[in-house]
Amino acid sequence: MDLFEYQARDLFAKHDVPVLAGEVIDTPEAAREITERLGGKSVVKAQVKVGGRGKAGGVKLAASADEAVARATDILGMDIKGHTVHKVMIAETAPEILEEYYVSFLLDRANRTFLSIASVEGGMEIEEVAATRPEAVAKTPIDPIDGVDEAKAREIVEAAKFPAEVADKVVNVLVKLWDTFIKSDALLVEVNPLAKVASGEVIALDGKVSLDDNAEFRHPEYEELHDKAAANPLEAAAKEKNLNYVKLDGEVGIIGNGAGLVMSTLDVVAYAGENHGNVKPANFLDIGGGASAQVMANGLEIILGDPDVKSVFVNVFGGITACDEVANGIVQALKLLEDRGENVTKPLVVRLDGNNAELGRQILTDANHPLVQRVDTMDGAADKAAELAHAAK
Amino acid sequence: MAIWLNKDSKVIVQGMTGATGMKHTKLMLGDGTNVVGGVNPRKAGQTVDFDGTEVPVFGTVKEAIEATGANVSVIFVPEKFTKDAVVEAIDAEIPLAVVITEGIAVHDTAAFWSYAGKKGNKTRIIGPNCPGIITPGQSNVGIIPGDITKPGRIGLVSKSGTLTYQMMYELRDIGFSTAVGIGGDPIIGTTHIDALAAFQDDPDTDLIVMIGEIGGDAEERAAAFIKENVTKPVVGYVAGFTAPEGKTMGHAGAIVSGSSGTAQAKKEALEAAGVKVGKTPTETAKLAREILSA
Repeated sequence: MDLFEYQARDLFAKHDVPVLAGEVIDTPEAAREITERLGGKSVVKAQVKVGGRGKAGGVKLAASADEAVARATDILGMDIKGHTVHKVMIAETAPEILEEYYVSFLLDRANRTFLSIASVEGGMEIEEVAATRPEAVAKTPIDPIDGVDEAKAREIVEAAKFPAEVADKVVNVLVKLWDTFIKSDALLVEVNPLAKVASGEVIALDGKVSLDDNAEFRHPEYEELHDKAAANPLEAAAKEKNLNYVKLDGEVGIIGNGAGLVMSTLDVVAYAGENHGNVKPANFLDIGGGASAQVMANGLEIILGDPDVKSVFVNVFGGITACDEVANGIVQALKLLEDRGENVTKPLVVRLDGNNAELGRQILTDANHPLVQRVDTMDGAADKAAELAHAAK
Repeated sequence: MAIWLNKDSKVIVQGMTGATGMKHTKLMLGDGTNVVGGVNPRKAGQTVDFDGTEVPVFGTVKEAIEATGANVSVIFVPEKFTKDAVVEAIDAEIPLAVVITEGIAVHDTAAFWSYAGKKGNKTRIIGPNCPGIITPGQSNVGIIPGDITKPGRIGLVSKSGTLTYQMMYELRDIGFSTAVGIGGDPIIGTTHIDALAAFQDDPDTDLIVMIGEIGGDAEERAAAFIKENVTKPVVGYVAGFTAPEGKTMGHAGAIVSGSSGTAQAKKEALEAAGVKVGKTPTETAKLAREILSA
């Protein structure tokens, strides 16, 4: 889960990383009172999870409370690279900035450890600095058990060649930022820019944080960080039902068991679509190994509720759960939906393979549901589902 | 022969007495796996009956090893306690720990991976979030259905469980030496490269099937390794060509970030290393078949 800037700011503040005051609002008028409290001037910052908002006009200085309301009015509702601005942060104006640095901690997948990245050339995308001036970027591996103490932080500061007069302050920021990283179960904490201001202080002016969804069990506070406004309604409904669902922009609804098989199913449908009006998969939905009738019904309900879906491809490999159970699940799921009053009208192509495949196929044949077609190979079933979606388009 | 697991492997189950552990211990025993014990400190001294096979429960991994000579542990402990379970297995220096549990926080995996290194890497870790490892006809450790395939001469390594099953099924008439599911998390213990190296050295393996998916650069690294070190034929498959950027596709590690981790890049890297890459699982199986019958 990626956080908004204001959420990152709040998290940094909680862990004593120095930040400027700022509050998030979703109506322009609320900017007035905050700006007055901040001494009559503020910065109005669009809250979107995409870079380049400054260039897009999403960050504006306001020299008065009236002006803050006007700028908030301009920015709220603005589209920045496909992201609608629903919230703005009204932030304290930064004191005179003398220098801009970059610091982050992140997961280093390739080396199966954590990594610190630091640079005295902050303020722009670190990838850009790394590409044009690699010598200005210091990467230091961080052992997950040993972590970052003052000595390690000093090593990072020296590797990145921070000026001596800010060294102690940056060491302090790094130790606090590591604390944020560990205690929040973050995949990334990034401060860019970390600014040296006229008073000599260093302050985190903007930040990015990404948290590990798998760690939510020990972080009840994650719950309120979820961006419910931006979630696709189908994705939100699927999440309610504990389904692993991602909405895509095609026409063939997909249900399968196991993340790898479902990813593969999307690809196979897209290839098949090349011969059928370029139809594409409408979603990713993994119902897991169990594939009970209840879970199948919940999954089908989400997919049939998607107006973009023209046909559905149910692709199940019977492993521990044998295909006869899965077939019964599909038949019961359709009945369950009809009993719930759902109007099931979209054609379903079902491919069952693996354990007890013959039994499972026989169950589908016997049920003789008018909307269900059996195709026994994955490639063949994908082709049929694409063909049906194209015909219904 | 096969790799890492054979008929002589003595297996203990951490979390055997939980619902998932019970279910799969029964299945593993049914596949002929030599399950010699379970671990649960609260049930130490008890035995559990699996259709007439009495399996003793020990308080710790160390006690289980001392009493039974176990050399493999399979871990079904819930995600909140998995880190402690793996650390216990590492401390007991068991040669192989297979971590089935899904949904482990990556900070926990990073911590136990670092711990394994500090302890001298005496324990090979497979997973987490993986289906396990099977040497058909000899031993099955984890949740891979044991009756899909038969013993044979193909080695399989895969990030995905169901794609492992699909591929084993497609090639069931030829059969497998060992199939290992390494898991789809951002940090895993055993990698594609580890399995490729072991299959290269295994006299019972003639061909290797390697299944990857979006996210990270493990497949690219594996491609570089194949180019330098693997002389046996390798057939590949990569899932996730249609995955959008920035969305996690089921597996915690299956995410395209910016331009990195794409299926296209992985396919190209593998092909550049001389690996034949199938467009679909079925086509991949066909490629393997063609090479073996040539």
